[in-house]
Amino acid sequence: MSSRFRASCILLLAAAALTVSACNREEHHSRAKPIGENIPAGASPPTIFPGGGSPPPLDARAALYDNNANAIGKGQQLFIQMNCVGCHSHGGGGMGPPLIDDQWRYGGRIDQIATTIAVGRPNGMPAWRGKLTADQIWDLAAYVRSLSGLPSKDAVSSRSEGMSAGTPQTLTPHGEIYNSDSAQQ
Amino acid sequence: MSVRESAKAAVLPLLLGACQYQHYQSDFGGAAVEDRQFLTLFWIFIAVCAFMYVLVIAFLIAGIARARRVDANIVETGRHHHSNPLMRSTLIGWTALIGVSLAGLAIASFFTDRSMARAATNQKLSVTVTGNQWWWDIEYNAADASKTLRTANELHLPVGVPTRIFLNSNDVIHSFWVPSLAGKQDLIPGRKNDITVLPTRVGVFRGPCAEFCGLQHAHMSLVVVVEPYADFIKWWDHQLQPAPQPTTPLALAGYKYVTTGPCSACHAIGGTPANGQVGPDLTHLASRKSLAAGTMPMGEGNLYGWVEDPQSLKPGVNMPTIGLEPGQLHAVVAYLETLK
Repeated sequence: MSSRFRASCILLLAAAALTVSACNREEHHSRAKPIGENIPAGASPPTIFPGGGSPPPLDARAALYDNNANAIGKGQQLFIQMNCVGCHSHGGGGMGPPLIDDQWRYGGRIDQIATTIAVGRPNGMPAWRGKLTADQIWDLAAYVRSLSGLPSKDAVSSRSEGMSAGTPQTLTPHGEIYNSDSAQQ
Repeated sequence: MSVRESAKAAVLPLLLGACQYQHYQSDFGGAAVEDRQFLTLFWIFIAVCAFMYVLVIAFLIAGIARARRVDANIVETGRHHHSNPLMRSTLIGWTALIGVSLAGLAIASFFTDRSMARAATNQKLSVTVTGNQWWWDIEYNAADASKTLRTANELHLPVGVPTRIFLNSNDVIHSFWVPSLAGKQDLIPGRKNDITVLPTRVGVFRGPCAEFCGLQHAHMSLVVVVEPYADFIKWWDHQLQPAPQPTTPLALAGYKYVTTGPCSACHAIGGTPANGQVGPDLTHLASRKSLAAGTMPMGEGNLYGWVEDPQSLKPGVNMPTIGLEPGQLHAVVAYLETLK
């Protein structure tokens, strides 16, 4: 086996490995599976375990949504459409707590965030179960998690899915600091 | 398949198309002033280009025939062509012909463009069409705010009235194109485009999105209904009415589910608590000709399929598969059918 042949084999394998690893982040699933009760009822946050219990294992559906570019993108659209920005702003918080920090009152795992969205929390967070489908709630959870930089960087979009109120970057004159909310809503 | 059968197979769809809606989607429809102007320009281009093409081919054939006759062994001096006065004047004439034809085409397109721009300042009716992935949001603007009408996916236009259509987009670039009437004009997020249409013939026309806009670009079409002015006003007044109250117990159960369940998070139904602004307005859904932006005709069976599992009919669409139980599904469809 010549060294050139071996080198090309290694390159090919490396490329194949990259392709396979990229599959997860781009996978589209337009339907929650299984249909039905999808909300992880058991995923209670660790902070409310009296006497310091341990949280249940991660919900198996988390793998479908965490680090998935499509889910994060759809979640971002929903975040604006469902007016989450009304209380949480674009992650910075306001009437509701900020989402871009690393503080999670009710747990920062994707299934814990999904539970929070589904069942609501005291002092204002409404329950979205029955208004959004399980699939949409998981998408939202994936996006909320991305706000604090938890998912891998290649899955998170570098641009906004929504409309930007600022001047398009291409139209901004040279030297002017691009100051818009569109970079990472 | 025999030749005759193939010919039949090719012609039959055309005939069928002609039966139901003449020029449902055709560049040769000529159902609006704009389309007729384009058509005139199109024929001018075809005539000029065809003439030039025939001329070139004729010269080519003549050249081939001539080369066959002339002895191929003659040594070219290089001055040969310049010394031939016939060749010289032919070349000059040829160049002049190209110049004149191109100038003619430029002038023709200039005048077409200008006359369309003039039409834009003469509107009697103003409509805002907003593109979404993958449906059309339509708002009729009226000076009287109580007459402002929001609907979706079906654009009604009065015949003989110049209508200015403002085009906008909520997500990506779409394009407004009703081949029988007018277009194309892009819908660009953050920019206000417009196009003016003066329909001259009553009919139903299809307008597919003409700019690739994502997964379901192919299932994003607009139904345009051109009708007499009186009918149009009647339609407008009817669409302004709130949704009728459900009367049967089944429709009532559907009403309760739709207005309190996931449907109301995105859809608005006039006169009910459902007021989501994310998806198409459903106030008079059952009065429309198509479902899911021209994906399928409006009807009970299609409503059942669409409400139960939109993701299998239009994969990737933003409407989620809720997973309704059969009883809920019957109720929801029964209610939606009352939205005439």
